[in-house]
Amino acid sequence: MIKNIDTNISGVCTPAPGEAGRTGEWRDVRPVIDSTKCIPEVKGKPACFLCWLYCPDGVVSMTIPVTIDMEYCKGCGICAEECPPNAIKMVREVDIDE
Amino acid sequence: MNNVRIITGNEAAAQAVKLAKPGVIAAYPITPQTSLAEVLSEYIEKGELKAEYVRVESEHSSLTVCISASTVGARVFTATSSNGLLYMHEQLHWAAGSRLPIVMCCVNRGVGAPWSIFNDQQDSFSQRDTGWIQIYCRDNQEILDTVIQAYRIAEEVYIPVMVCYDGFTLSHTMMPVEIPDSGLIEKYLPPYKPHTFLTSDDPVTINPVFFPYRRENSKGVLCDGYMEMRYKLHAAFEKARTTIPEASKAWAKLTGRDHGGMIWEYKTEDAELVLTGMGSIANEATVAADILRDEGIKAGVVGIRAFRPFPKEEVAQVFRKAQVIVVFEKCFSYGYEGGLCSDLKASLYGTGITAPIHNYIVGLGGRDVKTGELVEAARVTFNAVGSGETDNKTIWLNCYTGTEAEDRK
Repeated sequence: MIKNIDTNISGVCTPAPGEAGRTGEWRDVRPVIDSTKCIPEVKGKPACFLCWLYCPDGVVSMTIPVTIDMEYCKGCGICAEECPPNAIKMVREVDIDE
Repeated sequence: MNNVRIITGNEAAAQAVKLAKPGVIAAYPITPQTSLAEVLSEYIEKGELKAEYVRVESEHSSLTVCISASTVGARVFTATSSNGLLYMHEQLHWAAGSRLPIVMCCVNRGVGAPWSIFNDQQDSFSQRDTGWIQIYCRDNQEILDTVIQAYRIAEEVYIPVMVCYDGFTLSHTMMPVEIPDSGLIEKYLPPYKPHTFLTSDDPVTINPVFFPYRRENSKGVLCDGYMEMRYKLHAAFEKARTTIPEASKAWAKLTGRDHGGMIWEYKTEDAELVLTGMGSIANEATVAADILRDEGIKAGVVGIRAFRPFPKEEVAQVFRKAQVIVVFEKCFSYGYEGGLCSDLKASLYGTGITAPIHNYIVGLGGRDVKTGELVEAARVTFNAVGSGETDNKTIWLNCYTGTEAEDRK
């Protein structure tokens, strides 16, 4: 049960994950990383991370392996566009078996 | 003791701003507001007012500067007229939606096209629904007093206030004005306390996207949806109905000058014919009422001081005994009637007041409106209703579009 009510008289929010709702629900296409091509994984050391840099929603991790938070990834495809070895493929959500 | 000076409406406004001590002023010059912006920059240059004057390239930017400065805790001021106000339109909504107590003078002028630099009230009327309190002044003393009151009102209910006064008729006309002592202002006007203080110590996002529904944020706090936020603005307007008269009364207690709260009245107690309007035209109507009384017509005047919030309870009370109502106004809602007239009629609906209302559209684009013309118009209406006419009417006074011979008929 929610006990606290926002008493602000103007629109204010503190930056935090999910402040704009579960934006992952907007996604039509999902970024899928091919670990055999992804530079940090292939080299086994921190490198490249252009997907992390370019992601407008900050949902890509700077880790090995690189992970993407599907709770908030909108599926914009910028990471796939920027990935030098084309390790990220955008796959239609309807074509993914879970 | 009294510091009475003979000054223009614009200088009266500037004197009031100096007394209210804003930290930031941003204004872009436009006739007939220009001399107000000029005098303020002079005060700052001479060191009489310790404020930052931000020079901008447009009115959109001048209000944006005020919004930004107000958000970080400064008391601010701006002024404009006519198309300058229209250019601010988007930011007017931002200022009100952000609940920033900005005070602005709108020196009323007609809007283009066709181009006009002269007085009417179409500019501020066309911004009626932007969420700003609008107060119309009838003389230069009221301008000075209202600008100071405006800060108190704005900072109490967190709604920006537009102080409107007629271009040239007041802005460039000299009248005796008493300038209060600055010690008096300190008693009347507490320092500005922002409701939300934007600072790097506690970073927040101001005005992010608001979703249609209420929702829980990441800290488990239930946040407003867009509609709740809008409702809070309206609720503050309802509160302003008492704040505006209180601000007037408190000012009257300190200075002895009471210009009225939401409305003002002149000889209305026994009036059968009630003339009404906003700003200097309503003041002129008091002279017309006296002339009509000399002729044996019991006339009075109701001046609408606050246009938003609209004085619905006050008008329902004050027009109770009226048999004939005449609205003089300097704005128009195309395809309908004068804006004040519409709001007045809506407020009277269901109150049992059935007096016919004649709406005279006067003085658009600076056309002179003589007292005799107001008397004549009011007399024609009074006699028509006396001989059984019950229809409401909209009449464009002294406006002819035929040939000279046709117009004379």
